Amino acid sequence: MSSVSVHYPSVSIPVVLPATKAVLLLAGTLFLALLVYYFVGVDQGATSVFGNDMHGHEFVHDARHFLGFPCH
Amino acid sequence: MEKKLILRGAIAGGLAGLLAFLFARIFAETQIQQAIDYESGRDAAVAALDKAAGLPVEPAGPELFSRTVQANLGIGVGVIAFGLAMGAIFAVAYTVCLGRVGRIRPRQLSLLVAGAGLLGFYLVPFVKYPANPPAIGNEDTIRERSALYLTMVLASILFLWLAVWIGKRLAVRYGNWAATMLAGFGFIVVIGLLMALLPSLGQLASNKQQFGNHGTETPLPLLGPDGKIVYPGFPADVLFSFRLYSVAAQLILWTTLGLVFAPLAEKVLAPLTAGDTADTPVPEQQQPLAIS
Repeated sequence: MSSVSVHYPSVSIPVVLPATKAVLLLAGTLFLALLVYYFVGVDQGATSVFGNDMHGHEFVHDARHFLGFPCH
Repeated sequence: MEKKLILRGAIAGGLAGLLAFLFARIFAETQIQQAIDYESGRDAAVAALDKAAGLPVEPAGPELFSRTVQANLGIGVGVIAFGLAMGAIFAVAYTVCLGRVGRIRPRQLSLLVAGAGLLGFYLVPFVKYPANPPAIGNEDTIRERSALYLTMVLASILFLWLAVWIGKRLAVRYGNWAATMLAGFGFIVVIGLLMALLPSLGQLASNKQQFGNHGTETPLPLLGPDGKIVYPGFPADVLFSFRLYSVAAQLILWTTLGLVFAPLAEKVLAPLTAGDTADTPVPEQQQPLAIS
C-alpha cells in the first residue's frame, strides 16, 4: 500500500493497540475460549478426551443441538 | 488495555448467552421436546418392526441426565458457556482489528465485529449445514458431520478475514463503497464454491448405504414390510420452528454482544481516542465509515 490517495486515506488510524506486545494474552484467551467451544460443541461426539463417557455430551445435549452443532 | 477489553468482551458474552438461554428455554424447548417425542415414537415403531421380522432389538442407551436437567440446567450452562467463549474470541478479534481495518470508531467496530462473528461462527455454516433438532442425525456419521461442520466454520472465518484484508487494499484504489461490494461479492463466490463442493449430509457413504440417496438426514416416513407407512416422517413444522428459533437465538446473542460491548469499549478507549497519544492523528467524529 505505497500510494495512499488523498480521498481515501484508509490507513489513517484512530487507535492501535500493540497486539504484538499482548500476543500472549490474546493467544491465551483464544485458546481458552476455543477449549470451551470444543467442550460445548464437539467433545464426546466426533472426538472425546475422556474416552467413552457421555456425561458432558448428554448434559449440554440441548444446547449443542440448538447452537447448530452436529449431535449424535 | 487489552486485558480490560477482553474482560468486557467476556462480560458482554456472558450476558448475551444468558439472554439467548432465556429465549431458548421459552421458545426452543417445546420444539426440542416434540422432536424427542417423535424420536421415541419412531424408535418404538422400528423396534416393533424388527421384532416382527425376528431381528434382534437394540436396547435403548442409559439415561445419564433427565430431560428436566437437560432442558433447564444443561442448555443454560451450554449456551452461557458458548456466549462467554464467543465474547472472549470477539474481544480478541476486536482488539486486533482496532486501527487495522480503516477508520472505524470504537462503537461501530463493535457492531461490525459482532456481525462478522454471527456470520463466521454460525450463519454461513448454517446455510450449508443447518441446525438440527434431536431425532435428525445418524449416529454413524457423527465424525464426518462434525468435520464438515467445523470445516464450514473455519472456512467462513478465514474467508471473511480474507475479504476484509483484500477489501482494505481495494479501498485505496476504488474507495470504501466499491471495495466493500467487491470483497463481499468475492466472499459469496468463494464460500459458495466450497458449499457446492462439500457433500450434503444425506450423501455420506453410510447414509446412502442405509437409507438410499436422499440428500438429507431428516427421517423420512418409516415403511413396513408391505411398503405401507407405519410411522410418519419428521414433522416439517417442528423442524422449521426449531431452525428459526436457533437463528433467532444467535441473532440475540451476537446483537447483545455487539451492543453491550460497544459503549464499554468506547469508555476503555476514550483516553486514546481523545488525542492523548501524540503520534497518531485523531479523526473527528464525522469521519466516513470504513467498512472494510
